[in-house]
Amino acid sequence: MPVCQQKAEIVRTEKLSTDIYRFTLQAPDMASVASPGQFIMVRAGEGLDPLLRRPFSIHQVTGDGSVRILIKVIGKGTQALAGLQTGERMDVLGPMGRGFTYSSDQSPHFLVGGGIGIAPLLFLAERLLKKNGPDAIKVLLGARNADEIAILVEDFASMGLEVLVTTEDGSLGNKGLVTDILSDLQDESAARVYACGPHPMLKAVVSLCRGRNWDCQVSLETLMACGLAACLGCAVLRADMNGYVHACKDGPVFNADNVAWL
Amino acid sequence: MALKQPDMRTALGSLQLANPVMTASGTFGYGEEYGSLVDLHRLGAIIVKGISLLPRQGNPPPRIAETACGMLNAIGLENVGLENFLAEKLPYLQGIRAHLIVNILGDTVEDYGELATRLDGVEKVAAVEVNISCPNVKQGGVAFGTDPDMAYEVTKEVRQQFSRPVIVKLSPNVTDIGEIASAVESAGAAAVSLINTVLGMAIDIQSCRPKLANVFGGLSGPAIKPIALRMVWQVAESVSIPVIGIGGITTTEDAIEFLLAGASAIQVGTANFINPQAAEEIIRGIEKYLTEYSLDSVQDLIGRARHF
Repeated sequence: MPVCQQKAEIVRTEKLSTDIYRFTLQAPDMASVASPGQFIMVRAGEGLDPLLRRPFSIHQVTGDGSVRILIKVIGKGTQALAGLQTGERMDVLGPMGRGFTYSSDQSPHFLVGGGIGIAPLLFLAERLLKKNGPDAIKVLLGARNADEIAILVEDFASMGLEVLVTTEDGSLGNKGLVTDILSDLQDESAARVYACGPHPMLKAVVSLCRGRNWDCQVSLETLMACGLAACLGCAVLRADMNGYVHACKDGPVFNADNVAWL
Repeated sequence: MALKQPDMRTALGSLQLANPVMTASGTFGYGEEYGSLVDLHRLGAIIVKGISLLPRQGNPPPRIAETACGMLNAIGLENVGLENFLAEKLPYLQGIRAHLIVNILGDTVEDYGELATRLDGVEKVAAVEVNISCPNVKQGGVAFGTDPDMAYEVTKEVRQQFSRPVIVKLSPNVTDIGEIASAVESAGAAAVSLINTVLGMAIDIQSCRPKLANVFGGLSGPAIKPIALRMVWQVAESVSIPVIGIGGITTTEDAIEFLLAGASAIQVGTANFINPQAAEEIIRGIEKYLTEYSLDSVQDLIGRARHF
């Protein structure tokens, strides 16, 4: 899969919450080859500080050749990116990495997202929906509060999918953690789980899936300098504890059984 | 009158480069990683990730941390090992017109000798770059690079086993880099390359722990360029073999500074992560600069700032 570099025009900016922004980039070469779970590396400005590109999951691709990403402001790099306006350009590299494996089958499909980790699941939901009807798919979303998540919940719901929501403060959906509602889905046999979110959430999801023999894929976030498997900075301990895989090339989506959960 | 293209050729001992711009070891994988983004044929040389006799797993994560205008890394020399390199990585590189330089590393003088012997039999390998300067592993690496006698021994062993040019990559984490450079010159090095990363660290003030699992790591990127430039200047004074400038080179202007300081060639490192096309842009930039200043050859730049 060829990776390309381009200065993509921002065709739409949306502020989804206090600190989450959605950017729509005109990038037809990337949009045409991207698959759910892949990511792009974005340069945070023209200067040398911040120096490194930031990785963002592909949130959505559209038929007219655009790629969407969600940016949550957490540091100076994301702060600089969040300030960009429609008509300006983002220097992007991608698409990169191995995404989710999905197919048309009879299993229930559970998409489990926490916080900004919801980003790649919208793209996955769209593609899964084409292969399986809406009845086979459940979307489980968790966040700190309604502000963080309300618009994203609408996006999934408008696709005709069942969306189960939890917030830590109870301001939307159930009060609690997304793993609580996953845990409540007792009767499903041979479910397929696709998860992305903070590490403690993923660890809990993986543990639940193991107890029920559910197939589980996780999208991992690591520090990363190049995204091209050149710097080898994004090492993830292998399940056999003997050496490392790399989030940029072997992931960012892994079968949960292939990496260590310490 | 037709404009004459400036002569970009430069030499590292008997190795003739089409231009002075190479990609630094550890920042360009085994070349193929950049194949869809860079015209690899255009590069002066590709220097691949450091190879040891046996594969190495590298250090536990976190392995990298961003700093002001730079980054720290403690990868720990993760590499596929010599056999896998020859079987899986070399065939792709054999299809690339640019010269291939293999960075080698070992725990003992004998390891370096064995690597040199094996690579001497591989025609595509135009030169070896002896890594005696990695700050992130306990054995070998920098242990050889901080002691002039050991640096001499390793270089001599590689020189005896390898019939083409031997480049030695030097550490900045020493009191007198000129002394190490002189030692490897007298052992038969065809060129020296410098600098490897500068030892540093960063601490996370939320967890109150070092950011790198290895605690210390090597600082690279634009932040270290003035240090690197000063050391290239000093080493160009100490030795008469070619000097290869490395350290934070991100733009054409950076590269030209190193040439003016006395470097016969340069390596682009961390910049490859941010802008994969950096090396190509620098090649075009140097050509443009030579044309603008009506200089016939890149050789006219080398060391020019020394005669001010």
